[in-house]
Amino acid sequence: MPIPAAILTLGLSVVLVLIGLWVGQNVNLLPIDASANAPVYDELFQVLFSIGTSLLLGIVGVLIYSLIRYRRVAGDTGDGLAIEGNLPLEVFWTAVPAIVVLFIGIYSYDIYERMGGMAPLNDHSVHAMQASAGAAMPASMAMEGSDGSGGPARIWAGISPTGEAAAAVNVDVTAMQFAFIFRYPDSGIISGELHVPVGQPVALNMEAKDVIHAFWVPQFRLKQDVIPGQPTLLSFTATKAGRYPIICAELCGPYHGGMRSTVVVEDPDDYSTWVTKNSPAPLPVSATTAPSAPLQS
Amino acid sequence: MTATLSPPTTTPEPQAPLQPQGWLRYFSFSVDHKVIGLQYLVCGFIFYFIGGALAGMIRTELLTPLSDFMPRETYNEVLTLHGTVMIFLWIVPVVNGAFGNYLIPFYVGARDMAFPRLNAVAFWLIPPAGLLLISSYFIGSASQSGWTAYPPLSLTTPATGQVIWILSVLLLGGSSIFGGINFIATILKLRRPGLKMLQLPMFCWALLGTSILVVLSTPVLAGTLVLLSFDIIAHTGFFNPALGGNAVVYQHLFWFYSHPAVYIMVLPAFGLVSEILPVHARKPLFGYITMVYSILAIVVLGLVVWAHHMFTSGTPPWMRLFFTIATSLIAVPTGIKFFNWLATLWGGKIALNTAMLFSCGFIFNFVFGGITGVALAQVPFDIHVHDTYFVVAHFHYIVYGGTVFVIFGSVYHWYPKFTGRMANESLGRLHFLLTFIGFNLCFAPQHWLGLNGMPRRVAEYDPQFTFINQVSSVGALLMAISTLPFLINMVYSAFAGEQAGDNPWRALTPEWLTSSPPPVENWKGPAPLVTHPYGYGEAPQPQAVGASSP
Repeated sequence: MPIPAAILTLGLSVVLVLIGLWVGQNVNLLPIDASANAPVYDELFQVLFSIGTSLLLGIVGVLIYSLIRYRRVAGDTGDGLAIEGNLPLEVFWTAVPAIVVLFIGIYSYDIYERMGGMAPLNDHSVHAMQASAGAAMPASMAMEGSDGSGGPARIWAGISPTGEAAAAVNVDVTAMQFAFIFRYPDSGIISGELHVPVGQPVALNMEAKDVIHAFWVPQFRLKQDVIPGQPTLLSFTATKAGRYPIICAELCGPYHGGMRSTVVVEDPDDYSTWVTKNSPAPLPVSATTAPSAPLQS
Repeated sequence: MTATLSPPTTTPEPQAPLQPQGWLRYFSFSVDHKVIGLQYLVCGFIFYFIGGALAGMIRTELLTPLSDFMPRETYNEVLTLHGTVMIFLWIVPVVNGAFGNYLIPFYVGARDMAFPRLNAVAFWLIPPAGLLLISSYFIGSASQSGWTAYPPLSLTTPATGQVIWILSVLLLGGSSIFGGINFIATILKLRRPGLKMLQLPMFCWALLGTSILVVLSTPVLAGTLVLLSFDIIAHTGFFNPALGGNAVVYQHLFWFYSHPAVYIMVLPAFGLVSEILPVHARKPLFGYITMVYSILAIVVLGLVVWAHHMFTSGTPPWMRLFFTIATSLIAVPTGIKFFNWLATLWGGKIALNTAMLFSCGFIFNFVFGGITGVALAQVPFDIHVHDTYFVVAHFHYIVYGGTVFVIFGSVYHWYPKFTGRMANESLGRLHFLLTFIGFNLCFAPQHWLGLNGMPRRVAEYDPQFTFINQVSSVGALLMAISTLPFLINMVYSAFAGEQAGDNPWRALTPEWLTSSPPPVENWKGPAPLVTHPYGYGEAPQPQAVGASSP
């Protein structure tokens, strides 16, 4: 009797794990991935989704089975079995979640490191940047270009803190009620939407003018609060051309829901065209040129 | 831990003849723990319906992608009031104050709480605080900064509403602390001689753990809000970056209370479920000792996980790592409790009545919310979904799908004790069905909304999310409709329900070993000594008075 039950349990567990794996592989709940760390995120999501599905189905399965199998027959006033506990069983279901949680913790730590999140934040020494860049960033990362060596120390970076020196494109971001303003220090462009070249690391030097805002691009799987008094650095590498929403994710006032912008990821050529076109004089739809010109959000 | 002080049977002060009798006592400063418990319960339900109406306004606004139902400022007031009312005036007072007050003295074999007058004070702080909070909407502007009141936003929104919000939360926090002290004293010091800690019903342990959290963390919130009010009124700069303050410090202090607050809201629910399941499954509570240790572990861990609300606020990496691990670890003791409940059901003789249905609904919803909770604890996962509808869905699965389901289950379970009459089962099942379907329809799709780019606390959104938001709103409508059979049932059954008798469920815990409703001071004779509150399946059967169909 106990052997078939054990085999049955084992068999059902395997089935549950397989269903979980299948669901994790085949059910896609996420928007497209358009940055270097988005596929890494999606990998974590898949694993968590698989584990979660197996667990939920298992627990709900036992629950529904019990409710049907052990339903009280009308008129039966007897009691169930007087089982007050079972130490091996309790040790088992303490150990299994502990192991699962430990695995998830270590795995997500690994994911976070691959995203570059564990690099020291307050220290922007070259050493830290290169360590982070080497470990975390894909080969597409070009160390060319910018000269962002100086400037005030940016702290409180969120994820992929590759550092200013490593970035091909530096953008100063001002978050205010209720808009994001993007300044390109290299070309002097001031824009209401963010333009970045595909495949090149971008560093956003973010500041909030009034209240806390949060910079979120769902397709990049990136979010970083922008807190007044705390200059913040956020780095990413976009990988797919397209237009994606930039959303303020922290309640910032009545028009919080309207505080949105767009990030335009374009081929490096198109990006250069955009830069040259907008750098000196004329002003198309979304950009003004003179840094002193009044802003339009 | 034996009671060395004078045992309760000899100490009660003579009942003051000044105490009103009859229905009037529910509108008096009664010191009877049962009266106070029901005061908490009914008062909580009134605020629940107010908070629910506010939720209905939010879901109506979100039917369309445009902000077209109410002004944007009003929307922010509504969402702030909804959160504050539901947390501070509904769940915390009901799950602690109502059921704690009603049940704890029975469970420890006492005739009342340790500090009956403090108990009355704790309750009577709530109605004025609630009215104060809601009045702010009518005298200008209610707080618009969300229930989190993050500065600098809370320093720039209309000050009157914000200050009233702070005052109201301070009063409610005070009430909560008074209650917590009272529960700790009652459980530790008023136990009937001969009753050991490890013989107490699980709800006592749950409330002991909860009260420790309340007493340790609520003062931190109070201090924080006082500082915030200084920033608003006296223009100090504690949290104002423009004056050299630090906005993140507020977040740390706020969440030092407000994460334990989640456990303050769910631990008592865990305790209540542990009382309901054995009775209706006719089986002992499985793994009593591991349940106790789980509660204690949750209390300890619950105090050191707060920064997982701040993963995008620029916390240093080591802190993110620590809080990820601590948060994930809570899944272990929580998981133990769920496995133990399943094992309690396994092999039982389960009566699928309304109390049981809500309890099983709780298990489903909470497991769902627990799984998304473990995912949210992972920093890289959280960075995408933080402050989105994914989080909204997650915490509603915990506090509504978890605690509110248990509150409903508990109301059905103890209704015969409260009123002496049985609640109507058919209406109860209809209530459960509508609530369960409505709840899942409302909140399950919100996970997808969050993953795909809808932030929380917005009055307008990307039109691609319209359909799913409408589905969610239909779910909310079902939840609103589900309260009708509940209300009808509660009122109708109080007058016309079947007579319950003392112990319709043939339960073993001490509140059933007296009349329904129980007399003042709980038992006519001496308090019974119940050392096996879950002794089902053992001979001899309890003294079943008045049998009734389950």
